[in-house]
Amino acid sequence: MLYREAGDYKTSYVADSQTFPIKFDRYGYYILLGFAFLVMPLIINDYWANSIVVPFLIYAIAALGLNILIGYCGQLSLGTGGFMAVGAYASYKMMTAFPDLNIIFVIIIAGMVTACVGVLFGLPSLRIKGFYLAVATLAAQFFLIWLFTRTAWFYNYSPTGMISAPTREIFGVPVTGPRASAVSMYMICLCFLVASAWLARNLTRGSLGRTWMAIRDMDIAAEIIGVNPLIAKLTAFAVSSFLVGISGALLFTVYLGAAEAGEAFGIDKSFLVLFMVIIGGLGSIFGAFAGAAFLIVGPVLLKLLLVNSLGWPTDLAAHLEIMIVGALIIVFLIVEPHGIAALWRTIKEKLRLWPFPY
Amino acid sequence: MNGQGGTMLDTNPDEGYTTADGRKIGGIAMEMRNITLRFGGVVAIKDISFDIRWGEIRAIIGPNGAGKSSMLNVISGFYHPQDGEVIYKGYKRPRMRPYQVAQQGIARTFQNIALFEGMSVLDNIMTGRLHHMKANIFHQAIWWGRAAREEAENREQVEKIIDFLEIQHIRKTPVSRLPYGLKKRVELARALAAEPSILLLDEPMAGMNVEEKEDMCRFILDVNDEFGTTTVLIEHDMGVVMDLSDRVVVMDYGKKIGDGTPDEVRNNQEVINAYLGVAHD
Amino acid sequence: MPDTLLFALEASLNGLTAGVMYALVALGFVLIFKASGIFNFAQGVLALFAALTLVGFQSGQIPFSHLINAMLGTRLHHFGWNMPTVLAIPATVLVMIGLAILVERFILKHLVNQEPIILFMATIGLAYFLEGFGDIMWGAEVKALDVGLPKGMSSAVDEATFAWFGYGFYIDRLEIWAAGIAAVLVAVLTVFSQYTKQGRALRAVADDHQAALSVGISLRFIWVLTWSIAGIVALVAGIMWGSKSGVQFSLSLIALKALPVLILGGFTSIPGAIVGGLIIGVGEKLFDFFMNPIIGGATENWFAYMLALIFLLFRPQGLFGERIIERV
Repeated sequence: MLYREAGDYKTSYVADSQTFPIKFDRYGYYILLGFAFLVMPLIINDYWANSIVVPFLIYAIAALGLNILIGYCGQLSLGTGGFMAVGAYASYKMMTAFPDLNIIFVIIIAGMVTACVGVLFGLPSLRIKGFYLAVATLAAQFFLIWLFTRTAWFYNYSPTGMISAPTREIFGVPVTGPRASAVSMYMICLCFLVASAWLARNLTRGSLGRTWMAIRDMDIAAEIIGVNPLIAKLTAFAVSSFLVGISGALLFTVYLGAAEAGEAFGIDKSFLVLFMVIIGGLGSIFGAFAGAAFLIVGPVLLKLLLVNSLGWPTDLAAHLEIMIVGALIIVFLIVEPHGIAALWRTIKEKLRLWPFPY
Repeated sequence: MNGQGGTMLDTNPDEGYTTADGRKIGGIAMEMRNITLRFGGVVAIKDISFDIRWGEIRAIIGPNGAGKSSMLNVISGFYHPQDGEVIYKGYKRPRMRPYQVAQQGIARTFQNIALFEGMSVLDNIMTGRLHHMKANIFHQAIWWGRAAREEAENREQVEKIIDFLEIQHIRKTPVSRLPYGLKKRVELARALAAEPSILLLDEPMAGMNVEEKEDMCRFILDVNDEFGTTTVLIEHDMGVVMDLSDRVVVMDYGKKIGDGTPDEVRNNQEVINAYLGVAHD
Repeated sequence: MPDTLLFALEASLNGLTAGVMYALVALGFVLIFKASGIFNFAQGVLALFAALTLVGFQSGQIPFSHLINAMLGTRLHHFGWNMPTVLAIPATVLVMIGLAILVERFILKHLVNQEPIILFMATIGLAYFLEGFGDIMWGAEVKALDVGLPKGMSSAVDEATFAWFGYGFYIDRLEIWAAGIAAVLVAVLTVFSQYTKQGRALRAVADDHQAALSVGISLRFIWVLTWSIAGIVALVAGIMWGSKSGVQFSLSLIALKALPVLILGGFTSIPGAIVGGLIIGVGEKLFDFFMNPIIGGATENWFAYMLALIFLLFRPQGLFGERIIERV
């Protein structure tokens, strides 16, 4: 009965096109934000931060980015892992070359570098589409990883071939390196996620977002009604790679602390983020969150259940996890191609009419 | 507005004519000169010339496979003819991409509806206004200043068109849920939202029932009346064409076999042959 | 003849034999794509699964023994007998056909008329599922596969080339066999699709689903048929690859190598798959041979993709594909 739009009149087009048109949603959103910023920092501990919350925040940014490319612009990319690596290595080079540069700028610039690389590998999308493009992005994935593992300059000639993040502070609090606390890691990732989501939402609601969706739904017709495919596709690649790069930079600097391109950013990362987008919901901001949460929390729960409670061997649990994820992808594609977000939308539509559905 | 880099041609358009119902038709808006279009060995359009005048409703008719849709695709820049030139607003149009043609004020609808199925009706129509929205990516990203203002302004224009075409009730419906007739209307709305100089309609009434056809006729006439939009349409329904249009081009096997007012065309022997089917030699 | 040229020649010969392997996997892709318009990402995992099953049958492994052990606390592993290869191969073929039926029943049937990109993503899901499933069924450790094919250096080639050039080429006998078997496979498939009733139906479906349906061809049967054939082709590829370097997870990665092969050859052309496979095989070996001193090794990881990418920009339909005229 609380969830109503009746009586909630809009008197301007601005009010009509806001993000949460229904009051109940809006307040729910404010409460959630308040909880994330004010309550979570007080209760978070190392276990929660490391195994669930921080990876969730970081992968949600990557999923947002990939969702813009696949879900909004319809360009399939399997190179996410490679682009995350660009973000990570760019941030590493920046941190070591300019030790005084604030880590926030480092991560943003790493995102921009990734955006440039993304545009470069997005160029083929002007001539090819569908799985042809997917193959082209695989080229990006393999080439970038090869580049980062073979070219010593990228890892500052370290004998192990690894890159490791030095300690950097914001207002005197370390956020990267071994001394970073769970709270500071959480807060920096949260801030980046909220900013990314806000950016993604703004870009997808306006004219740019509409050109993306037009290209996705019918590229030829879109061009004939006046969409410049060059600009539409390349901006999608740029924005998407920007977010993916930020996510890669955060993953390396804040979460992993040390990384090697082939290990941390292999093709399995590309698929992981792709699955988040599919399960969460193609073409939905909320879906990116839902998908990331699902694929981060799910395996942790499965492992708790099988390994810790039932005492199964770890590798068996891992194989079962792969199998379940694969099956889920198929089930979602068959039953609900728009993922958890669409399920959620259906529930809300039912709720809006409840208790008088007719 | 001019023809973007084309050379000024020595055109001498006479100053139009007045239709039977008293509308003033202006000078030449667009002229097709000796257009020839081939796909491999197949000649889709063979040496066709005709003109389109400001404010008129110009029809292209002909049997199936006559090359009508190809002609429309040439006008909207999707196909590039091997021979001949398109003169638009007095300038020879250089070879350009379809979106550039659209930016010059040519909007169209499609024979097989080409709406963006994943978007709402409102968003579909808003895509028609793309080149009226100029906020850059950074403004849009922070949704501040120009981006938000522009969105509201253009929404207002779109709402006018929504009112005009009587589709207020489906404004927020996903296009994929609409019935065929309404989809056609939304497509027209999207084309109108661009405020085009020339509106191209590819079989706007195909597959409609009588009532829907009447509605669509009314909208086409109203658009022409209210905004003075120059309209080029392809249609199979002879009754509709003869009632709606000011001048008609008749095509058959890629050639032009008739051009003139509906009455002139109706009495043209070649046209009668084409439609009643005389053996081709 | 100068040494560099000889080494390059040897490298390209080796590339040629590796290319045969790529072509075999690509062949499976082409078959499924032609009949159903599905870009089957799971083809490589299919090869892995087939090889795992074959080894499992040969060595008399109990399927799902790890799972059963974990659940019931038992200590099962083997039945205690070995199945001869002549029986194990037909048994594996049966499993692949069963798999094709299951794929049709539980996946394809529900995704009719979906966009190709959705189907593509579904096969990525299938690849993950099969990978986990195969590991659970047969265990994930590296297994040796031996079906009695000859291995080791071919002394005939070595002697012949030594006699000609004064330098003996190293070529594995297994790879010569693989090339021969691949040729036979292609011949059989060509005969099948040209001269049998089912083959004709297959080509009809490939040409136009709707039209094929309307003349009474059962789409579902054709799908089972193509996935079965693709499964058998995968088995052949799995045997070749598995005999060479053991049956393990990396086997499924040859599918990734087959993608650029397809781009080069075109998605619908069987000769294209073969020629594409050979070009990629030779190209990556030669590229590595000449560029290794300059930019470092392991260029095989990406060379095929870059070649495909450059190729795409100039001829998007592939070497043998048909050019598409776009319509509105």
